[in-house]
Amino acid sequence: MDFDQHQHYSPHIPASSTVSNVMLKVVLALVPGIITYIAFFGWGVLVNIIIAGIAALGSEAVAVALRRQPVAPTLMDGSALVTAILLALALPPHSAWWLIVVGTTFAIIIAKQLYGGLGYNPFNPAMAGYVVVLISFPLEMTRWNPPLSLADAPMSLLESFQYSLTGILPERLDLDMISLATPLDVMRTQLDLGNSLDTITTGNGIFGIVAGTGSEWVSLAFLAGGLWLLFERIIDWRIPASLLASLLLLSGLFSLIDSSNFASPAFHLFAGATMLGAFFIATDPVSASTTPVGRLIFGAGCGILIYVIRTWGGYPDGIAFSVLLMNMAAPLIDYYTQPRVIGQQKNRS
Amino acid sequence: MGRLFNFPGGIHLEEHKSVSNGTAVRKSGIPARLFVPLDQHIGPAAECIVSKGEKVLKGQTIGSATEYISAPVHAPTSGTVIDIQKFPAAHASALPSDVVIIEPDGKDEWQTRTPLNNYRDIDPSELRNIVRGAGIVGLGGAAFPTFVKLNPVGHDIKALILNGAECEPWITCDDMLMRTRHGDIIEGARVMRHALQAARVIIAIEDNKPQAISALKPYADKYEWLTVQEIPTRYPTGGEKQLIRILTGQDVPSHGLPLDLDLVVQNVATAAAVHHAINEMQPLISRIITVTGPGVKSPCNIEALIGTPMSDLIDMAGGYTRDADRLIMGGPMMGITLKTDVTPVIKATNCLLVQTPDAKRDATTTRACIRCGECVKVCPMRLLPQQLYWYSRSRNFDQLQRHHLFDCIECGCCAEVCPSHIPLVQYYRFGKSEIWKKEQETLKADRARMRTEARLEREERIKAERKARHARAKAAKAAGSDSKQTEIKAAVARAKARKAEQKSATEDA
Ligand code: SF4
Ligand code: SF4
Repeated sequence: MDFDQHQHYSPHIPASSTVSNVMLKVVLALVPGIITYIAFFGWGVLVNIIIAGIAALGSEAVAVALRRQPVAPTLMDGSALVTAILLALALPPHSAWWLIVVGTTFAIIIAKQLYGGLGYNPFNPAMAGYVVVLISFPLEMTRWNPPLSLADAPMSLLESFQYSLTGILPERLDLDMISLATPLDVMRTQLDLGNSLDTITTGNGIFGIVAGTGSEWVSLAFLAGGLWLLFERIIDWRIPASLLASLLLLSGLFSLIDSSNFASPAFHLFAGATMLGAFFIATDPVSASTTPVGRLIFGAGCGILIYVIRTWGGYPDGIAFSVLLMNMAAPLIDYYTQPRVIGQQKNRS
Repeated sequence: MGRLFNFPGGIHLEEHKSVSNGTAVRKSGIPARLFVPLDQHIGPAAECIVSKGEKVLKGQTIGSATEYISAPVHAPTSGTVIDIQKFPAAHASALPSDVVIIEPDGKDEWQTRTPLNNYRDIDPSELRNIVRGAGIVGLGGAAFPTFVKLNPVGHDIKALILNGAECEPWITCDDMLMRTRHGDIIEGARVMRHALQAARVIIAIEDNKPQAISALKPYADKYEWLTVQEIPTRYPTGGEKQLIRILTGQDVPSHGLPLDLDLVVQNVATAAAVHHAINEMQPLISRIITVTGPGVKSPCNIEALIGTPMSDLIDMAGGYTRDADRLIMGGPMMGITLKTDVTPVIKATNCLLVQTPDAKRDATTTRACIRCGECVKVCPMRLLPQQLYWYSRSRNFDQLQRHHLFDCIECGCCAEVCPSHIPLVQYYRFGKSEIWKKEQETLKADRARMRTEARLEREERIKAERKARHARAKAAKAAGSDSKQTEIKAAVARAKARKAEQKSATEDA
């Protein structure tokens, strides 16, 4: 009997993992965070995700077709969906549809497909898309709706959709009622004005137990999802651990030095997108470091930059910029952190 | 022994061993035709020393080794050489190689075998010669001539390690050998120990083979030089470098040998073969082969003559199932796919694995590298597989070497965990062969250059000498006999000086 040899390469055992499997698990791990987010902040979150998802899959399909590659397998790998969800979670809920579409298509077409598609993109696509809309539409990007507990009359799913697609609010609401600064934003501007921590947080409903009302629970849910990914060995512990540790250390240090003018470590860990960033964004394998030591450096770099940008920078949250900056450094980090090969005496010959 | 060490990376694989190790080893008997390849080992092929029509006896040498690193081949049974021709070989390339085709006469008649002295009375170098003459090569799959590795070349061998790890899934031939022919292994171990003058022998077995371990353990109580060491089951524990690390915590230097650590590693089946060669005067003409996988109906272990067509063994294992899709020689991780089952089994054939299609991983499910780093985590050599992949793709051979491509043992851990299903090892083999090719070319070019330079130099020298001769002749004519006297004196002085120089040279040596 003869065999066709050429389709087959070792190893000759059933595959234990596939890219779509990995992406699917990432999406699953995001679910608790998403549900908590919706529970505390309303349907706007879901509307974001749906619009971003459609835009991402659509633009990916078009780009792949233009590059004359098979469309279905690429869409099936799930990477566009993950990008869409991450971006949707980073944008303010109830963002206008065009804002979401601009961010997502930029992420998919420019940041990913123009570089050659999944695997070739030097930057985290979701964060690249996020930064583009942040720079282009700064005003829109500061309009966060308050947690439901502070809102008078939360919108229904239908109203959320309508608002996002048409910009028309239900009669009983006006723009002010759904545009609030985030706790991080308030913290930074107030500290800049010279107010002390106590005066900022006391009496302000957007501050919760350690960070933002509601958002601290969302962070906790993302943390849980992230831990599950660790357990499932989808992500490596090094980047989240070093990111969180460096952020903890730095914020701890400054808060020790001057506790009335620097936010607490707990605030930094649970405010904004820290957990989402640590477990889901900075761990994007394509654009991060891949060597074990490199990953520690990459994560630590992200953590430090996040603190610096939050504390002294011009933007309320620093996840996107930190990750993109470290993306740039990743090839260099990898080059200098090659592990010592077994049997080799020196690192590099 | 006691303490064990760890190696980085590695993976746990589904074992599938019980599929084939439940029944006793079967004997394949003598097939209708034997196809004995002359090229079965590392090193140049053996040279055929029989001719068409010649009668051969069992155990008779039919191909002799021409170079140091090579091995002879023998007639597996008595019969007639009916042809010597090119035939599909058990290589990934399936390039045909020379095969001696023997039609057995059914008598299975041995050549005359003269019993040897007790191995203890044989000089180690003589032992090596016998092992060499018996055509023994590493039976774990590498097929490196064994006698070379029985030479301590000045080292004080601390331990001879017998590798019974058998870490690849599906394969059970060593397991069966250890369970049922443990005595042969021990006898072989004694011979090898003597050849190497090794202090101890360690038999290392993965802990998923309790029966093999309990079969060999009693010997360790009997012989104080022997240790039977259970090691954890994790692929690739059976890799020479990994095994040494597990047992000693030491790393074989890059481009080095276990010998650099005063260690020698041999496969357990090789030890049994050495026993047969020394104590029974039987060259390597048969071996145990695992025939298994979802693509054969009744997987089993078969002791087969070298040169038996693989199709015969597949038939013995019940034949193919309907969805048999590829034939692999060796294990699933490091084995090679074969084009056809008329290929004869060779000394290195430890397993025939017949696989069925894998819907999750085939040529169409390959994606781009997502740099997930899974491959980095599992690499037992602590390489950066994905970098090696990039550089192989871009044919960046300098970077490949800087990233230590040649330390890659091709274990396939990286390819197994890769979610993008990139045939990584294939890329590394490509990279290695390209670099070898280039090195060969520069070597050739260097040689050519050196030859030209030498020629030019020679021509120059001849010219200069001719000129000098002319000049001297002229001068001699002019000066007359006086100068002849001085010339003789000078010649004597020169001769004396040369003698002194030679003397000091021999004293140095
Ligand atoms: S496992 Fe595959 S996809 Fe992941 S980094 Fe290695 S080569 Fe790339
Ligand atoms: S095949 Fe080579 S690179 Fe891949 S895991 Fe094994 S040693 Fe490492």
